[in-house]
Amino acid sequence: MTIVEQIITSFIASAAFVIIFNGPKRSLFHCGLVGMIGWIFYFLLETNGVDMVLATVIASFTIAIASQYFAKKYKTPVIIYSVAGIIPLVPGGIAYNAMRSFVENDYNVAINLAAKAFMISGSIAIGLVFSEVVNQIIRKSKLKTIVNKTH
Amino acid sequence: MEMEKQETYDIMAVCLLAGKIMLQSGAETYRVEDTMMRIASSFGAYQSHPYVTPTGILFSVEGDEPTKTKLIRIVERTTDLEKVAQVNGISRRISAGEFTIEEAYKELKMISASGSPYSLWIHVLAAAVSSGCFLIMFQGEWRDFLPAFITGGLGFLSLLYFHQLVPIKFFSEFSASLLIGLQALFFVSTGIGGELDKIIIGSVMPLVPGLLITNAVRDLMAGHLISGLAKGADAFLTAFAIGAGIAVIFSFF
Repeated sequence: MTIVEQIITSFIASAAFVIIFNGPKRSLFHCGLVGMIGWIFYFLLETNGVDMVLATVIASFTIAIASQYFAKKYKTPVIIYSVAGIIPLVPGGIAYNAMRSFVENDYNVAINLAAKAFMISGSIAIGLVFSEVVNQIIRKSKLKTIVNKTH
Repeated sequence: MEMEKQETYDIMAVCLLAGKIMLQSGAETYRVEDTMMRIASSFGAYQSHPYVTPTGILFSVEGDEPTKTKLIRIVERTTDLEKVAQVNGISRRISAGEFTIEEAYKELKMISASGSPYSLWIHVLAAAVSSGCFLIMFQGEWRDFLPAFITGGLGFLSLLYFHQLVPIKFFSEFSASLLIGLQALFFVSTGIGGELDKIIIGSVMPLVPGLLITNAVRDLMAGHLISGLAKGADAFLTAFAIGAGIAVIFSFF
């Protein structure tokens, strides 16, 4: 039951975010899909005891692959899809709790949470960069095979 | 000679306009630089150097004549992915040789003048719906859906309103999150809402600078150090404004 709930809400939330960012209407559905895929990966990993940072890296890697697929297929910039996918992963809750602890003079907890929020936003970016690297390696190796065949 | 000079300036005008639209709409730094260089080389300016930062673009074209350089200042930045996609499409068509310089300039001008594809109320509705959905995604209860829906929608609307009133980003974000905190407090104290934290987190999500943070780290990793730091500072200010707005609520109640 929870998983169905999560699938539906993450799809709608990602698509709605693309509307806030003035995304193209024709890519709304695909953006929702990318967001959903990423969130479900993260959710399943996290509830099964995988560390939050690792779960985020894997989820954002998946998001980046899905976005690159859609971007190639529909000839639109990757950023439209990857933004939609990333939004659910952004550590808003942790950042909020960190801020709350700061206000309540609980600095130890606050610094802990802030460091965690920083780690997670860093791991989102790492996931994205990783997939870009993989993508370029594949592209280059494809080029090489083409060159080898023609020679 | 005179003609050639004029043409170089025209090419630069097209490149700078394309770069300006993309940067103002929230494209990544490397994409802006790449697009500008592509457009320049498809019009015959093979040696060009764009230098893009979030607050301005420097662009110089080398050729047989002395090097020409232009600078434009970027003041206002929003997120408008439709425009990024449109400029990207134009740049593809320029590379395919479908446009002359004048036609490309006209097309870009049209994109730059065009408004948002969605009306204000659709934006607010989207913010409201996503707030409600985020509440569920963060393991909130369904009875808090409606409070988060209303709080998120009104919070986003107030962000737009305050930004129009005083064009200082920090102020509008601070006021919007203050309002969100007040509303959430109201819902919880009247017994309509359950968990204060969950409602606030859900409703604040439309304001959170998720795009900026990720773009900042990507720019840093791609070697665009100044852009990365500037975007990071921008994101930090926004996060601080939101946090401060909520913090005011907590320190009073």
